[in-house]
Formats: sequence, C-alpha cells, structure tokens
Amino acid sequence: MAIPISYNLRNLAVRKTTTIMTALGIGLTVSVLLAASAMTEGLRLAFESSGHPLHVLVTRKGSTSELSSNFARSVYNDLRHKPGIARGADGEPMASLELVQVINLPSVESPDGMNVTLRGLLPVGLQMREDMKLKAGRWFSQGRRELVVGDSIAKRYPAARLGGKLTFGRGDWEIVGVFESPQMARNSEILADLNQTAGDFGRPEVLSSALLRAADEVALRALINDLSFDQRLNVDARTEKEHFAEQTSSGDLIRFLGTFVALIMGVGSCFAAMNTMYAAVARRSKEIGTLRVLGFSRAAILGSFFIESILLALAGGMLGILLVLPLNGLTTGLGSNSTFAEIAFQLRVTPATMMSGMVFATVLGAAGGLLPAFSAARKQILSALRQL
Amino acid sequence: MRYLSLIFKNALRNRRRSFLTVSSLAISLCLLGVMMALYYALFFGGPSPAQARRLVTRHKVSITFTMPIYYRDQIRKVDGVEEVATWQWFGGVYKDARDQRNFFARIGVEADKLFQVYQDIEMPADQKEAFLRDRAGCIMGKALANRFGFKPGDKVQIKGDIFPFDLDLTVRGIYTSGSGDDETMWFHLKYIEEALAVRGSTRSFAGTFSILARHEDLVPRIARDIDAMFANSTAPTRTESEYAFGLSFLSFLGNVKAILMSVCGAVTFTILLISANTMAMSVRERVREVGVLKTLGFTNSSILGLILGESALISLAGGAIGLIIAEGLCAVIRQGPGFIQQTKTLTIQAPVFAALLGISILIGVASAIIPALSASRTNIVDALRFAD
Repeated sequence: MAIPISYNLRNLAVRKTTTIMTALGIGLTVSVLLAASAMTEGLRLAFESSGHPLHVLVTRKGSTSELSSNFARSVYNDLRHKPGIARGADGEPMASLELVQVINLPSVESPDGMNVTLRGLLPVGLQMREDMKLKAGRWFSQGRRELVVGDSIAKRYPAARLGGKLTFGRGDWEIVGVFESPQMARNSEILADLNQTAGDFGRPEVLSSALLRAADEVALRALINDLSFDQRLNVDARTEKEHFAEQTSSGDLIRFLGTFVALIMGVGSCFAAMNTMYAAVARRSKEIGTLRVLGFSRAAILGSFFIESILLALAGGMLGILLVLPLNGLTTGLGSNSTFAEIAFQLRVTPATMMSGMVFATVLGAAGGLLPAFSAARKQILSALRQL
Repeated sequence: MRYLSLIFKNALRNRRRSFLTVSSLAISLCLLGVMMALYYALFFGGPSPAQARRLVTRHKVSITFTMPIYYRDQIRKVDGVEEVATWQWFGGVYKDARDQRNFFARIGVEADKLFQVYQDIEMPADQKEAFLRDRAGCIMGKALANRFGFKPGDKVQIKGDIFPFDLDLTVRGIYTSGSGDDETMWFHLKYIEEALAVRGSTRSFAGTFSILARHEDLVPRIARDIDAMFANSTAPTRTESEYAFGLSFLSFLGNVKAILMSVCGAVTFTILLISANTMAMSVRERVREVGVLKTLGFTNSSILGLILGESALISLAGGAIGLIIAEGLCAVIRQGPGFIQQTKTLTIQAPVFAALLGISILIGVASAIIPALSASRTNIVDALRFAD
C-alpha cells in the first residue's frame, strides 16, 4: 500500500522555509530555460506569421538574401508576364519590383545604432500587402522622399517617429505614416517609393528582388519551377513563407545559450534538492521507522520520498513559470542572419514552453530525490526508531 | 583564528551535505564566473595594443553603402594618420550557403597596405611575398584554413552575389593574428576592380577604410576630423575605433547586456538560496550544541563567528572549485566558433577572479547571518532544552 500524497504535502508545508528556498532555486533554473525559449518562440512566431502563402520571392541566382541580390529591372519586365501570376483589380500582373537597403539608426536598446531594413516599393507592392493597415498618418506618395515605418520601428527607434526626418541618399526623408501588419516581421521595415529610393541610392536599374503572387496553389509550384529553370533570367525563386522560415535560425545562439546555462544551473539545483531531501530523511528517521512498523513496505517509503522530491520540484517549476510570465509580450530585437537588420519580436511564454519547464523541473526533482529516497528505504526499523 | 580547526571540523561533520553544497555552489559559481568573464571582456575589456591604434571608417547610413575611393587619399592626409587600407566586403557563396559553416568573411583589400595597417598579422615571409605577387591570390586565417583543410597552393572559388562575377583564387598563405581574428579570407582589391572593369564598370569604391593612427591617443581626434571632412558630402562617414566597430555587431545577438545581467542575477540568487538553505539546516541541527558551547564559556560573538566562518569556508571552497571549472569552460569557448573576437581570448581576468571569490565569501556570510544571529542569541536553557 502506498503512503498517501497528503503526507508529503503536509511535510513540505511544515518545513516551509526550506521548501520555499529549494523550490525557488529550482524555479530560477527553470525560469532561465523558459526565458530563452520565450525568446526563440517569439522569434519563430514572428517569422511564421509572415509571408503570404501564394507569394513567390525572386532573387538573383546564388543570393541567399534580398540584400545581397542584384536584380535588374529588365529581368523584372521579362518575368512579369509569366503565366500563373495573379492579376490585380486593374488587370495588371501582381508582380512587385523591390529595392532592399539597410540603414543604421540608434535604437532604444542599442544607442550606438542598429541596422534597419528600408524597402522601396511600387504601388503594386503595397497592393499585394493588403493586410498592412495604416495606424497613423498616410502612405508615401510617388516621387517624394517620404517614408512609412512599421509599428515596431516607430516604437523602438526614437529617430523614426511620425513627423520625424531621416537623412540618407540625396536628402531628408520625411516620415509620413506608421503601418501595422499581422505579418510581424513586416513591422520591422521602413517603406518608401521604389523609384525615389533607387534614384537616391544611384541604382535605378539594379534593384534587389521581385515579389509575385501566384494565381493559385497549383500555379505557385509551376511558377517557381518555371522561374528557377529559366536560364535567361538567372534567378532563384522560393515561396515567401520559406524565405521567412529560414530566418528562424537567427535564434539558434540564444536557444543554445539558454539551454546550456539552464543545464548547468540544473545540476546545481539538483544537488541542492538532494541536500534538502537528505535532511528531510535524516529528520524524519523516527517517522520512517514508525511507518515501517505500521506495515508500509520499503518500496512505499522509497516511492513516498521520491514523490515528495518531485512535488518539491513541481512547486519550483510553477514558481519558475510565474517568474517568466511577466516577460510574455515584452518586445525585444535580434539581428536576422538573412536581412542583416533587426527584427523586433515579442517574447512568448506558450503553454508548450510551460510544459517543457515543468518537465525539466520534474527531471531535476527526480534526479535529486532518488538517492535520498533509497537511503530512507534502506533504514533498519530499530535503528530508525532509536535515532534522535 | 584559534577557532579555525573547530570551524574545519564543523564543516566536515556532515560530509555528504558539505560535499553536495560545495558541488552545487561550485557549479553555479563557475557559471557566474563565465558570465562575468564574458561581461568583463565585452564591456570593460579594451583593445590589444596593436588594435588600439586602428580606426574604421564606414558610410554613415550603414555599412552596406560604399564610399568613393578618393576618400582614401583624403583620409591619409588627416593629421596623425599613418596608413589607410581600403576594404571591400565581397559576400558571395562558398560551396553551399544553406550550410552556415560555409560562411566566412571574404574581403578585398589593398594587399600591401593590409600588412602596414595590421602589423599584428603574422605569416611566413615567403608566403607574404607570394601573396603580394599574385593578384589572384588570397590569404586566410589559421582557424579558417583548418576548418576547410586549406593549404597554400589550393584553389578557392567563391560565387558572387553582390558582385556580378565569381572569385577564382589561389591560397598563398596562412596567417595568425594578434587581435584574435583568424577567420577571414583576404584577397586583392585589384581583383574586384579589374573584374568590374571588364564588365564595363569604371566606378571605384570602398566598403570601409581601416586606418592606423600614429598613436592611440590620437584616435578620437582623427575620428572627429574624418567625419567632419565628409559631413556635407553625398557619402557622409562614421569613424570609430576598430574595437568599438567590432562591438557594434554585438547588438545583432540581441540585448546582450540585459541577457548577461539577468542570467548573472538569477545565478547569484540561486547560489544565495542554496547556501542559505544549507546553513539554516545545519544550524538548526546544532542548537543544543550551541547551548553546550555557551555553557563552556563561549561568548555570543564567538558563536556567531564560528557559524559565519563555517559558511564562508564552504562557499569559498565552492568558489575556488567553481573558478577552476570556469577557466576550463572559457578554454572550451575560446575553441568554439566566435562571432565576436572577445570570445577568442576569453579568460578569467584578475578582477573577475577577485570579484568571484569576494562574492562567494559574501554569499557565505549573508546566507548564514540570520541562523547565526538567532543561534548566538538563544539563552543556554532554551538551547539545551531544544528538541528538533
């Protein structure tokens, strides 16, 4: 027969200082792991929410990013009329020629400057991003040095607020609007008129990429194949979804570091839990003897102490989750390995993350509780009862 | 001091507990040590003597924009400048860009100037000579050469992405660098210029300028002078010390300062909890003994000293072992791939060493202060009667 769990719960409650301290130690360890995964989760969600399922991104062959792609206007004119491209309301193909540049602005977190993506667009480019909504101000006009900034940019870069001016290219650019997009990666971009930016940067004929919308699912694959194998164009084509998904690896270092630190701290807290449980075994020597006299088996004693250690760790896990919950929704930024610019994202403490934290805590409790539980089970009844 | 042997005896009384506590503290303190070493290297460290004399000039808008090549001659005329080398980032793809291990810096540079500005680059004289003589030659850092197994005479092909041509180079030498950067491939800037000229482009431009100052004290003034000189041109510049330039890439990894700080905080607090918990447990077991000691004539303050001393001794032992493991971890990090040069030379510096030992003593004292005070204040009768 097993010893009821309420016995363990009461024991933990009686020695509340020790319980709280050990649990908090485990909790802090769990919170480090959770904070790191809240970052990588947030980053993943930001990229996963981005990209239209029917969009195809076309860059120069061999280029891994839009920034390193030199894409000639003539190529754009050639591929605009490929079969399979959807038509807009005006009957024109939904194909957008774009210029991507990086500009350096001081941000809240890095006052010395951080890279930000600047994207030059044709009217069709805006049309294709129909889920972008103006939050304040208005869109840029053609042929003017006007900028519309993403919501994250407006929040994180003091120089990029509505009404502000940025100087680059051949003059001052006025910030006339702020937009918001459910595609979170987009909110870290600054948009402007394509021809004005291309002119200012002295590359009117050499731009960065083209974004196409396929008519449907079937046309999408055919279009990608058609573009990739067309030797005259010399381009790479992939879905916009893939393009964003690739950037998720930007968080690999954080993930690695978080796991590494949490594991090392885990070994430390495991020893601490072991200490607490050994002390519990030593103090309850008489109780263990009594339980044995009452007829509880060695296995029941072993199980009881083991469960007590896991309960202790679970309390720690919960504390850990409580500690990281305030981080949920916090905005931070990270350099993307593909755009050479910052992507702002929100930390996300998801249920899956919390579960992994609880599992980690359970493992710590189990590892810390096993040896003390064995030593409790091995006690001889008489010597246990005699012990002071 | 005369109680030292008593403190030792007390610390070793419950060997298992002391062992667990010391291991737990050692592991946590080693983590704290590595984090502090990183923090110190990044935010308190300084450049090596050779690096302290170097500056980098880039386009003010961002490093992805180029500057006219004639800037080089104007910069060289600035008072205090000894030599200038022009850099051009090539980018490109080696083998397959999807595998991130194939990424490394490929930089076109004026070869003769490279060795004048980077006097801490070391390589055999015959290899240097061979590189200077071969306009289609390149040199690479030792770490990079080891990664791919390159040796002098090997061919390297890099597919161009930013530039409309491929690099077809011969490895002419392997260098080691005093500033820790052994992962760059250098080739002749002339190669880029000539390859562009063949394709009808006569534009000559520079990605960045590396500048050697006559003396490190002149660095801030030179930076100001250069930026003032180009402030009102079409390509304004930003000049900073090479050390600061290197650190500016740090923000790509996220808010490093905040991350390191919060990990250090979490670890320190965990250590405090572990240590406090142990001391509370061991003092509670000894209340009767304290009564006996008092009966024998030990004063309150000597009892306080005994307990605090024991705690400090245990955490100091943890700190010392932690430092040894931390230095080992630093050695592992030094070998790992380095995005930032500071990790290439990471070690426990003297201030970090002292701070960590200080912290461990402090934690020992702080964690024992409450149980020690209450033990020293209990009166003899209560203490002797105390039953746990």
